[in-house]
Amino acid sequence: MNAVLQPVEDVTAAPPKISVRNLNFFYGNFQGLKNINLDILERRITAFIGPSGCGKSTLLRTLNRMYDLYPGQRAVGQIMMNGRNILDKSQDLNLLRAKVGMVFQKPTPFPMSIYDNIAFGVKLYENLSKAEMDERVEWALNKAAIWGEVKDKLKQSGLSLSGGQQQRLCIARAVAVKPEVVLLDEPTSALDPISTAKIEELLHELKTDYTIAIVTHNMQQAARVSDFTAYMYLGDLVEYGVTDELFIKPKKKETEDYITGRFG
Amino acid sequence: MNAIAQTPAQAEVSPLYRKRLFINRLALTLSLLAMASGMIFLLWILAVLFMKGIGGLNAAVFTQMTPSPGSAGGLLNAIFGSFVMVSLGTLIATPIGILAGVYLAEFGRRGWVAPTTRFVNDILLSAPSIIIGLFVYTIYVAQVKHFSAWAGAIALAIIAIPVIVRTTETMLLLVPASLREAAAALGAPEWKVVTMVALRAVRSGVITGILLAVARISGETAPLLFTALNNQFWSSDLNAPMANLPVVIFQFAMSPFENWIELAWAGAMLITFSVLAINIITRVVFRQRTN
Ligand SMILES: Nc1ncnc2c1ncn2[C@@H]1O[C@H](COP(=O)(O)OP(=O)(O)O)[C@@H](O)[C@H]1O
Ligand SMILES: [Mg+2]
Repeated sequence: MNAVLQPVEDVTAAPPKISVRNLNFFYGNFQGLKNINLDILERRITAFIGPSGCGKSTLLRTLNRMYDLYPGQRAVGQIMMNGRNILDKSQDLNLLRAKVGMVFQKPTPFPMSIYDNIAFGVKLYENLSKAEMDERVEWALNKAAIWGEVKDKLKQSGLSLSGGQQQRLCIARAVAVKPEVVLLDEPTSALDPISTAKIEELLHELKTDYTIAIVTHNMQQAARVSDFTAYMYLGDLVEYGVTDELFIKPKKKETEDYITGRFG
Repeated sequence: MNAIAQTPAQAEVSPLYRKRLFINRLALTLSLLAMASGMIFLLWILAVLFMKGIGGLNAAVFTQMTPSPGSAGGLLNAIFGSFVMVSLGTLIATPIGILAGVYLAEFGRRGWVAPTTRFVNDILLSAPSIIIGLFVYTIYVAQVKHFSAWAGAIALAIIAIPVIVRTTETMLLLVPASLREAAAALGAPEWKVVTMVALRAVRSGVITGILLAVARISGETAPLLFTALNNQFWSSDLNAPMANLPVVIFQFAMSPFENWIELAWAGAMLITFSVLAINIITRVVFRQRTN
């Protein structure tokens, strides 16, 4: 793998951005997560892998409390971020989500122009002049490596873009509000290999500014892009550690079976 | 179409396959017949309206008031009255209908209020319009002691509201959860998610619902008989009786006067073809939008 070619940098030398403690999650009576404990480090990419249905999306959706939209879903435990437990009743959900952005498996452009897709989120929390907004839109589209492709058609509907472009638009939209954390749930599983490669490159860029958590069913992708990997199985966090170590010498037999393809 | 064309190779296959081909053909034939019977009646109605109505349609229809028995005249006051009351009714019904539809689809997931509202709305949707007319007569016309355009507009609004509520709710339920989540994930409060993203995603459907309601109330006669009544003369006073096409058609068509009957046909044709035109125009406009 190309891991050896990377500059030597201690990936573990970063403070935790999010600390998950004794987290249990319930869909009604069904327990989707079982006593999860882990730290997601600042300005690092943390990947979640595991067979489908193991709770990767569930865990990601606790980090911005997306599950709160649905009655009957609840999380018990602690998720500490910036010194407070975001699972507290007193936590303002909109403010939390403005700080913890999310990109979904299927691209979800809003039914409005490319420009407005980006401006929508920014307008929620910032009062920018037209010139400042133009600048922010360009900045965000640049960050998501799609500016060149759309700069001449900002007034066109976001729905008119290809799947890969739509997904980068969604990343731009998430980045535009300048969140602290970006969550990505299988962001490339509906995309072609070229778009996938573009988005993986993008993640490397974004890492310098943001803390990133990504769910992927593709182990090669986890190995390529992430600093830390968490292997989950049936709602349990089986193994969590530095990506290179986890892939080269996993501590648990189950992890080894999964990553060598003997299972799953 | 190709699926039912049998090639020689297929003819030799199993009886099961042949049975399936037969059922396929049967279903296709039945649905074609159903479609044809619908189309035949629609075209028949349009043809009769056209043939009977075109004779009475002349410039006077649009420039003169409804005539007294025997004398000549037009439908100007009735066309104007219908336009005013249908517009007013739509203006009243649209915000109420959309807001109620939004409530049912987005906020009414818990508790008993939404299911009850939905149930009542469905009853209202199929309530005979004469009952709506009597209702407005009792609570409004009988109280103020005179018929009026306002009363007519209110009655029409009450008929339009359930149509708009229904279509708005149905359309919003088609919005994928992922789109709502995407907006919420940016920290958008719920009302913004609904108005800026969900409603926007289905706006052509919601507008179609409003137009359906317009089509429905344009031809209503019974509720206007009890509320706006009629007016032989020009009137733009919303607090006075107002002429309108359906009631004029009703009165004129039942009369023994030749020219009244002709005007009734012309009015019927006007209503029908306006509704048809509204429908076609929206379809064309939205088709261009989505492409
Ligand atoms: N809305 C829901 N209601 C009930 N159970 C759910 C719901 N969403 C997910 N689950 C269950 O929770 C478990 C974890 O799901 P998920 O987190 O989506 O898995 P993954 O993303 O790892 O494929 C699965 O068993 C799934 O069936
Ligand atoms: Mg998932």
